[in-house]
Amino acid sequence: MKADPQGVLTGAHYLDGDHACCEGALAAGCRFVAGYPITPSTEVVERFAARIPLVGGIFIQMEDELASSIAILGAAWAGAKAMTVTSGPGLSLMMEHVGLAAMLETPCVFVDVQRGGPSTGLPTLPGQADMMQARWGSHGDYEIIALSPNSPQECFDLMINAFNLSEQYRVPVFFMMDECVGHMTEKVVIPEADEIEIYPRRFSAKPPSEYLPFESTEDLVPDIVKAGDGYRFHVTGLTHDEQGYPVMSAQCQEGLVRRLVDKIRKNADEIVLYKELDIKDAEVLVLSYGISQRVSLRGIEMAKKKGIKTGLFRPVIVWPFPEKRLKQLAKKVKAIVVVEMNYGQIYYEVERLVGSAVNVVLVPHGGGTVHDPEDICDAIVGAVK
Amino acid sequence: MSAKTTTAKKASAKKAAAEKAHPMEGLLRMDRIPHIWCPTCGIGTTVSCFISALQQIETPLEKVCVVSGIGCTGRVAGYIKLDSFHTTHGRAVPFATGLKLANPELKVVVFSGDGDLIAIGGNHFIHAARRNVDITVICVNNFNYAMTGGQVAPTTPLTAKTSTSPYGCYEQPFNIPYLAECCGAVYVARWTALHIRRQTKSMIEALNKPGFSVVEVITPCSTLYARRNKLGDGLNLMKFYHESAEIRHGADTRDLDITFQEKIICGKFVDRERPTCLEALEARHDKVLGDKYVKYGGVREDD
Repeated sequence: MKADPQGVLTGAHYLDGDHACCEGALAAGCRFVAGYPITPSTEVVERFAARIPLVGGIFIQMEDELASSIAILGAAWAGAKAMTVTSGPGLSLMMEHVGLAAMLETPCVFVDVQRGGPSTGLPTLPGQADMMQARWGSHGDYEIIALSPNSPQECFDLMINAFNLSEQYRVPVFFMMDECVGHMTEKVVIPEADEIEIYPRRFSAKPPSEYLPFESTEDLVPDIVKAGDGYRFHVTGLTHDEQGYPVMSAQCQEGLVRRLVDKIRKNADEIVLYKELDIKDAEVLVLSYGISQRVSLRGIEMAKKKGIKTGLFRPVIVWPFPEKRLKQLAKKVKAIVVVEMNYGQIYYEVERLVGSAVNVVLVPHGGGTVHDPEDICDAIVGAVK
Repeated sequence: MSAKTTTAKKASAKKAAAEKAHPMEGLLRMDRIPHIWCPTCGIGTTVSCFISALQQIETPLEKVCVVSGIGCTGRVAGYIKLDSFHTTHGRAVPFATGLKLANPELKVVVFSGDGDLIAIGGNHFIHAARRNVDITVICVNNFNYAMTGGQVAPTTPLTAKTSTSPYGCYEQPFNIPYLAECCGAVYVARWTALHIRRQTKSMIEALNKPGFSVVEVITPCSTLYARRNKLGDGLNLMKFYHESAEIRHGADTRDLDITFQEKIICGKFVDRERPTCLEALEARHDKVLGDKYVKYGGVREDD
């Protein structure tokens, strides 16, 4: 279906990433945001608070991130498209409900504008060290989807993808921005509503007597219902059967958790999204995402001047990771240089996948500012020596 | 009468009884019975009162939702045949807040225990009361964390023994009606599990009351709390409620502290008017934005 024009601010704008993210959410059909102030993400909810009474929806500033992250789940079960917005310390508190969202297969979006950590860290300065937390942060086994925008335009565009994916796969989706992308201001073009494709909620067409809330279907994603429609359904964070009733057995656990994991893993080829640049004759491949990817472009340019053929590979959707494509590319190059604002997160994923086939080098950075392109260039040069 | 006829009669009576529906069957998930609660636990009684209240309100039942947290009372959502949500520990209230605000047509009830609502969920409880979110909270207070084996709770009376207060509780417990009133609840009542009719009546009133309403029900936990404190079995506890409960409607909530094995003051203490969270939100936006304000009525069918 097409986007609801009420939420689409069609035109060319000059927006920072946080504001663009908010507009992306509105265009995607998000009508419920629960948030708690935290730098550098607050502008997203500030804009939503100002905009939503003009669009039709609810903003509520909750008492903490625990509350925000479960209020959106309540709203989602009432039928609304919902998101919450935070940064590292808040994301740590939200992990409880990332798990619940995964377990109840509740469509929802968690925006994380990353700053330097751990703990309070660098509130106003960038980091990219929540990438593994997004994937593994809550206890137990589950899979999520995570996107990484690198510009205000992408903060708008990819928010649509984020909501669509959360609806299609009934999973919590992470929108992994960083302080630089959140606070940089660039041109953002918002298309007409009828040019924006929306994945509608997969409401079940079955009558209440035939409906099973967690039925194991062919694509592994059961259809959903919403409260108030007479289904009298039950959902629980306990391990549950297809009916949604708790069953404390290894067999039920296997059936449920296997499906929660497989619905992403087995559909990964459909989900993955990446961008490539100059990979044809590349001897070195730079793998980077978010703001680090943009800084990498300068490092690549410098390395090219030194005669090293360098390409770029950028996972736009970071989780699930574009494993297949990376394995193909690894066969063509001598080295892969991973540039990220942490001391090795996606780097270890790359090493796990292709470390035996190719030299994988990390250009680490603790956050607080972006990489020095010289360091990236040096790593590229060093990788093929 | 021959033995054969007697047996046949008995069998037919048994069959008739089996065919006769339980009066609450329509609102209980019979396929999940027997429930997990211990014999003489007060939660079942409270659930019966709640179902009885549901049968007496005018709200269509498909619009009523039950949200629970974690713990013995947290299991209530799983037994009531309505749209029901068994969420995380302490967070039933903010889940309910999202559910209610995103679809104002729903009547949302949080059914949970004292530890869930007042300890780990305490912050959510006070803020929902402050905002006057239009939900009803039924707080089953059994003075301890029963699901995990009977640990001390923020409601354990002074000197009472629990597994983590083996020498007696020395922390001042919360007085739930006082807490609720101070934070802004519009309806506050307290009963014991013995007060079937009064408890039911309060639940009806709370369900019909727009805003944040709280019904506290003091319930026996004979398996853990009563055993550790040598208070006898379920019947002894009911006798105790009978002897020590004092009904004092409109009592000052400051006077409602519960002390170990002394008087339990019950009644309806608060019943007042205050704009609900959503009413206040809409009034404000309406006043400031006028015609530009787009009121949200929840998700429409064609969305």
